[in-house]
Amino acid sequence: MAAPVNSVVNSSAKCSSFNATSFQKKTRSRLISIPGTRPSVQNGQLLVSTGVTSLDYLLGGGLAVGTVLLIEEDRYDSYSRMILKYFLAEGVVCRHELFVASAQHTPDDILQELPSPILDDVAIHKPVEQPRLSHEPQDSLDAMKIAWRYQNLPKVQTALASSSRFGHYYDVSKMMEAEIREAAKCHRFYLPEHPTQSSPTHSPMLESYSALLKSLRDVIQREGFEVTAPMSKSRNILRIGLHSLGSTLWGDDLCCHDNPRHGHALTTFLYGLRALLRSSLSVAVVTVPSHLIQNRALMGRITRLCDNAIALESFKGSEREANPLYKDYHGLLHVRQVPHLNCLASQLPDHKDLAFKLKRKQFSIERLHLPPDLSETVSRVSRGELAGTAMVGSACGSGTSGNKHLDF
Amino acid sequence: MFTELNSILNTSPDSFTQGDFILVSGRQSDASFLIHHFLSFYLRARCKVCFLGLVQSFSHYSAVCQRLGVSLAQAKEKRQLVFLEGLQEGLSVFIPQDDTTGNKALSFLRDPMVGLQNLYEFVRSSVSSPGGGEEGSDGSEQWGPPVLLVDDLSVLLSLGVSARAVLDFSHYCRASLCSQLQGNVVMLLHCEEEEEEDDGDDEGSERLLKGLIHQCCLALHVQGLPTGYCRDIHGQVEVCWRRRQGDGQHTQNKVFQYKVHDKGASFFARGTSSAVL
Repeated sequence: MAAPVNSVVNSSAKCSSFNATSFQKKTRSRLISIPGTRPSVQNGQLLVSTGVTSLDYLLGGGLAVGTVLLIEEDRYDSYSRMILKYFLAEGVVCRHELFVASAQHTPDDILQELPSPILDDVAIHKPVEQPRLSHEPQDSLDAMKIAWRYQNLPKVQTALASSSRFGHYYDVSKMMEAEIREAAKCHRFYLPEHPTQSSPTHSPMLESYSALLKSLRDVIQREGFEVTAPMSKSRNILRIGLHSLGSTLWGDDLCCHDNPRHGHALTTFLYGLRALLRSSLSVAVVTVPSHLIQNRALMGRITRLCDNAIALESFKGSEREANPLYKDYHGLLHVRQVPHLNCLASQLPDHKDLAFKLKRKQFSIERLHLPPDLSETVSRVSRGELAGTAMVGSACGSGTSGNKHLDF
Repeated sequence: MFTELNSILNTSPDSFTQGDFILVSGRQSDASFLIHHFLSFYLRARCKVCFLGLVQSFSHYSAVCQRLGVSLAQAKEKRQLVFLEGLQEGLSVFIPQDDTTGNKALSFLRDPMVGLQNLYEFVRSSVSSPGGGEEGSDGSEQWGPPVLLVDDLSVLLSLGVSARAVLDFSHYCRASLCSQLQGNVVMLLHCEEEEEEDDGDDEGSERLLKGLIHQCCLALHVQGLPTGYCRDIHGQVEVCWRRRQGDGQHTQNKVFQYKVHDKGASFFARGTSSAVL
């Protein structure tokens, strides 16, 4: 998709990057740059920020316009809903239009809980801590004598961040003020307000999903988000947030049965959503309660039909909460899929073991890194529960919880 | 077109076997880079290509093929390529506007129980259209044998079509394109990792995979590395020839590892990646 956007907006994207060097193209064409977006450095796609800067870094700089981000919800839907709220709040701050759909809570409930942006953060932005290279002058004390082959490796940088800032920071303890929120145009879809009329189609898509798809298409056409719309008016991005698709409140029985009767309803809807997004200037975040879906093959198909997919696994309520190794974090984050749009190779993440924590001013995603444990009385019980993650720095005797008393 | 893959498969745009049914499958890995290879290969070989691009937009395929040195827009103009864009046409089937019924080939979207017959009719009509047969009636060029490329079959399963219908479709395509018209067929299928068989239900990519492997002459199976995730080696490809020689079936298996980069993919024998040596 992004190539038609590229061709339409590519010139404007170039224009916005040229503005940084104060080179003004002296053309008379009506080049419009869309606020809140930037072109990707890898392949020129138009990117928007998700509101969470470390998630932007994971996705390769941001969420590409015309793609879907699938978030597999954590057990209590707390952090996935938080990311959805960040996404919508970023849309309000960037003056994009919003579309919120939900079957459980009214969209107004979700919109009232948006975190408040920290707007004066530009001045106090702290630069990312660079790893100290080993040939710095004060490093003579750090010169390694035994493990000298590791001398030139950079220190492990756990925080995921890029050098250029894109996106805003939010204060989770405060709600967004009403006047900022009402300045943004928001379209709502609350499922109980759309009574399902059973139409005689044999389509596998449920009426709730087809009503949602129709409503989305109407909004896109009416407000002029289509790529082929005339260039005369200023272009904007539509941010679509779909909460808890696939849950039983949408009329779907994916979460109830192993072999659901409407097994193809959600996948057909996601195909239609992809078709809509590829031909318009919009970006969607969909949350799915995957922990209720028992059929892994079906979950795999749902993931394949979305472009980006991440899964959140929170420690709340599980036995990992008490594990001292995870004491700094609130949960694990798994990257299930990265897209390759308009190119052969996808930008695979560097590290696969990631953990997140929600601080007051930041939702940070970090690489789960264990330094080597050098104490003599190491407790091997806790190591055995790691289940294969973060084996980067662990000692060679880990993973065998039966050898508690062996000491090498 | 990946030159290393051409030497592995012993083909080139000037000489390739006709009447082949090639299956590209991936288990938990994305095998779509191979479809781009075959698309650019057959366009360079001056064949008449019918491409069912159901998963991505036309601009995605055209951007990738641009990097491989082939222009899809030009091929479409010269009528060498017939492109069915599943996403765009499918949207008008899902949400019909102004009483237009949308592209008939995608009528299975409205009712998957009907099967893929209309899709087959579309394929048949596009490869036997006058642009590919006779010479120069309106100055059009003569193209080589017809080729069908499908990307991909597993999205048909996601949309509710049964595995049996997809097997029927592939059989009809093979019968008409490979046997009658001496062309080639390349199909892409993606399988998930399934723990147990779905019994009683007709859906199942495993069933489809087994059926297609039985029908094909050449199978390329893409998997992740058995040792886990690696940034420099993206996975392994198992190439399986099932040529029907005069003296009976002859199968031969080879395994290669690959890495996909911006302008192509490199294939190498196991353990000989440039990151390791």
